[in-house]
Amino acid sequence: MCAKPRAAQPACKEAAVAATSTSRWLQWSAPLRRTLRSPDSLRRVAALLGGLMAVGTARAVDLPEERAEGMIHVYNGGGITASGPALLVRKNVADKVSLSAGYYLDAVSNASIDVVTTASPYRERRTEYNVGADYVYRDSMLSLSLSNSKEPDYTASTASLDVSQEVFGGMTTVSMGFTRGSDKVLKHGEPAFADSVTHWQYRFGVTQVLTPKWIASANFEAISDDGFLGSPYRAARVFGAAVQERNPRTRSSRAIKLRAIGDLGNRNAIHAEYRYFCDTWAIKAHTLEGGYSRYFGDLWLADAYVRFYTQKHALFYSDNAQSETLYVSRNRQLSTFNDIGIGAKLSYTWKKVPGKYEIKANGAYELVQYKFKDFTDIRTGSPYSFNANVLQLYVSATF
Amino acid sequence: MKTTRLFVVAMLSAASLLGGCANIEPWVKPYERERLADPIMKFSRDSLDAKHREHVRDVREASRGATGVQGGGCGCN
Repeated sequence: MCAKPRAAQPACKEAAVAATSTSRWLQWSAPLRRTLRSPDSLRRVAALLGGLMAVGTARAVDLPEERAEGMIHVYNGGGITASGPALLVRKNVADKVSLSAGYYLDAVSNASIDVVTTASPYRERRTEYNVGADYVYRDSMLSLSLSNSKEPDYTASTASLDVSQEVFGGMTTVSMGFTRGSDKVLKHGEPAFADSVTHWQYRFGVTQVLTPKWIASANFEAISDDGFLGSPYRAARVFGAAVQERNPRTRSSRAIKLRAIGDLGNRNAIHAEYRYFCDTWAIKAHTLEGGYSRYFGDLWLADAYVRFYTQKHALFYSDNAQSETLYVSRNRQLSTFNDIGIGAKLSYTWKKVPGKYEIKANGAYELVQYKFKDFTDIRTGSPYSFNANVLQLYVSATF
Repeated sequence: MKTTRLFVVAMLSAASLLGGCANIEPWVKPYERERLADPIMKFSRDSLDAKHREHVRDVREASRGATGVQGGGCGCN
């Protein structure tokens, strides 16, 4: 939820104040009387008045809109293909509570460089279910959500609680939240292996209406993990020999993200965002993204964006360690690398009945190029790199 | 525990600071926010779209958090 341009209810208050001043009314009424001479303008004014009356008793914060989304998603790159359907339904109950339920499937075919150089390609499925409830009271929203994700050798459950509050007449939204996650880690073919991970996430955010054309937000999140934080299958290299990776059992990270979005006029908009990340494993990362959106006619909305990401490796990461250390990993996710993504999204309003429902068909594609600085492809002896394709096809309906 | 204490102190500080600003007049009036209501001005328009994109990035990059998108855990490393 973010600071929203709630025009209707405060507009009533503005109008009431204005009506107390006769001179102001006479000043205001001249253009109004001119406007009322045109039948088309009359219809617009009637619609505006109708809208104001309809929401005169509304709450300050609106419930999330009722919606349904169905998506087919595909990721393909670096020998991995992950695809599947995803569904989301959100429905309001008693005008105070919004209930949501989601389903997400990842059918994974894995022949990544780790797998082909140290094991055999495999296929598996990850299924995730989530439910949530949002409760609105005046300028506040309280959200509770639960999720459960299952793979043959990994189960993850999370519970989240978020609160957001609008202040300064709806110009600022302050939000904070907490998530606790609990994972069970197993190893295929080794029934004796069982471990666990616990996650704590604390987040705080502010969204601010800056001008009639610009909105900005700042988000902060601290995450702490405790437990088995590696993969029971992954090998590290020490003096050229493969050994089981050894990761610390705790990790704490901090991330801050700044975003801004602005209206350029003529139904064009731009956005920019930056995120800084650091953790107790000495990883530091920067993410920069910029994008442009515009309407084509009344039915088409197009977005294009570019995203740059760069990170510095973890303290105990080594491509091929030359000394024995307590912790050692060759997880390329912890290495020094950068990636560049170029993406586009197209939305088409398929059916729209104002005030009743709207159905949109959407397609999005992103090409990402990963370049690793200190992760060697041991098949070629060169630094590893690959391109990935991310595709989404989905239908979204609001009702 | 240290993180929890810091979080609570930060929340209390933010609440007291914001409480002192209760009388500030909004400088963008509600009737000036028409353009901001357009879907084109949303940071994220569709939940599943954002969820999938964040999942793809979380699995491949070490950084995480502060995205404004909630995701479930997985053993996708």
